[in-house]
Amino acid sequence: MTKEKDTGFKRTDGRKFNQIREMKAKVGVVPNADGSALFSFGDTVAIAAVYGPKKMHPQHMQNPEKGTLRYTYNMLSFSVTERIKPGPSRRSQEISKISEWAIEPVLMIDNFPNAVIDVHVNILQANASTRCAGINAAALALAHAGIPMKNIVSSVSIGKLDKQLVVDVSKHEEDWEEGEGATDIPITFTPNGDITHIQLDGKIETKQLKEAIKLAREACKEIYELQKKTLKESIKINEKK
Amino acid sequence: MITSNITGNRIKEYLKLGKRFDGRNLDDFREISIEKGISKNAEGSARVKIGETDVIVGVKMDVSEPYPDSLDKGNLMVTSELLPLSSDRFEAGPPKIESIELARVIDRCIRESKFIELEKLCIEKGEKVWTVFIDIYSINADGNLLDAAGIGALVALKDAKIPKYDKKEGKVLYGEHSNERIPLKKENPLTITIHKIGESLIVDPTREEEDVSETRITIGSHKGVISSMQKGNSKEISEEDMHRVLEMMEDVWKKLFLKIEKFL
Repeated sequence: MTKEKDTGFKRTDGRKFNQIREMKAKVGVVPNADGSALFSFGDTVAIAAVYGPKKMHPQHMQNPEKGTLRYTYNMLSFSVTERIKPGPSRRSQEISKISEWAIEPVLMIDNFPNAVIDVHVNILQANASTRCAGINAAALALAHAGIPMKNIVSSVSIGKLDKQLVVDVSKHEEDWEEGEGATDIPITFTPNGDITHIQLDGKIETKQLKEAIKLAREACKEIYELQKKTLKESIKINEKK
Repeated sequence: MITSNITGNRIKEYLKLGKRFDGRNLDDFREISIEKGISKNAEGSARVKIGETDVIVGVKMDVSEPYPDSLDKGNLMVTSELLPLSSDRFEAGPPKIESIELARVIDRCIRESKFIELEKLCIEKGEKVWTVFIDIYSINADGNLLDAAGIGALVALKDAKIPKYDKKEGKVLYGEHSNERIPLKKENPLTITIHKIGESLIVDPTREEEDVSETRITIGSHKGVISSMQKGNSKEISEEDMHRVLEMMEDVWKKLFLKIEKFL
């Protein structure tokens, strides 16, 4: 665990500063897909389905040098308290793109010229950190689909509430208003410690950001272990059949 | 993947003998499982699985202006998204006709049966009324999304609690629910879709069976009263067959209702 001491900071849901909400992971949730997975952080639930590799349509979008990863992030209209209009928004399109970038480094996409791998991520229920849950589910689904990958990726959001760093931000914490307010930093790591995605909203000094990254790295190790375990167990189940 | 002719022909041959690939009778549904309250942020929600078909329905509410032709009634809006996640046949982008039809058929089943007492959802005549949104999402599409969505809408409506509303400010307090339920009639409307393949009438088709379906009739009814109906696909249906459809529908309705009653 990190050297950072528990400052005795009270989180609204009683978690320790470096404690992730209860996680759940499961593969094979969408039988129609080539690979699929569910991942949740507490009340934030994401499901991902992978279709492909398949021929890219329209043809002019084909890349003869390598395959294309196409990631679609979508929130169900009733996943949040105030209904969102169904369909893509500017926000969801940006998240789709950054998630694509988060996963591409580990995907051996060069093996599939002219092809596309579709990853559809849907947020069934949202309580912050949805993009992170989405990326975790997507990584699992890609592995479940048997797409060659150098590694898996794991994603978590680090929050800074006033001056305190916390792991896996909830909605309540995201809306923190006291002191310096809330800073939200979603980060995605490979198990080797490479960052494939980082975003930041709020304000933080470089020194503390370094600490935040360290915290994320530790949390991602935990997430990685769960992802690994889930995939291994899914294979065992298949063997029994 | 589109069902191949060879599979399609085999389905038809089997049906001539009164048999189906999965051993069901022609008027049998696949196994149904229902969960309600699956989304904490929705006013009401349900997940309905029929065989491998998996649908999620959520109810949300908002306060808005009434329509000019119903100044003292709440509004109802049904939308559906056939998620690309749920099948390789569905693509992202604006809703296609399949999705539009699904939402409209479910809308009419609920609206025309007067299941929701919309007149009780008026807050201030001509000014403010509740709008009930029913949003349908496919998670895995393996045939008969229509009936699954119909069951989902019914269960989600029954599950829903009206959000708190601040009358002074005219604001909905999202995330806070009152104990008040949406005013609903006692009689539960259900949609049943009957498909005709060759000379056979079947219910609850799998995706493969749906692919070879020649014509289909969706009927929304409650307690023997039919309040909405839609014929789909291009093949005609004879009057006699229409009678058979109606008789079959009544039997299937009763059987189906027994299975879902405990979730209401």
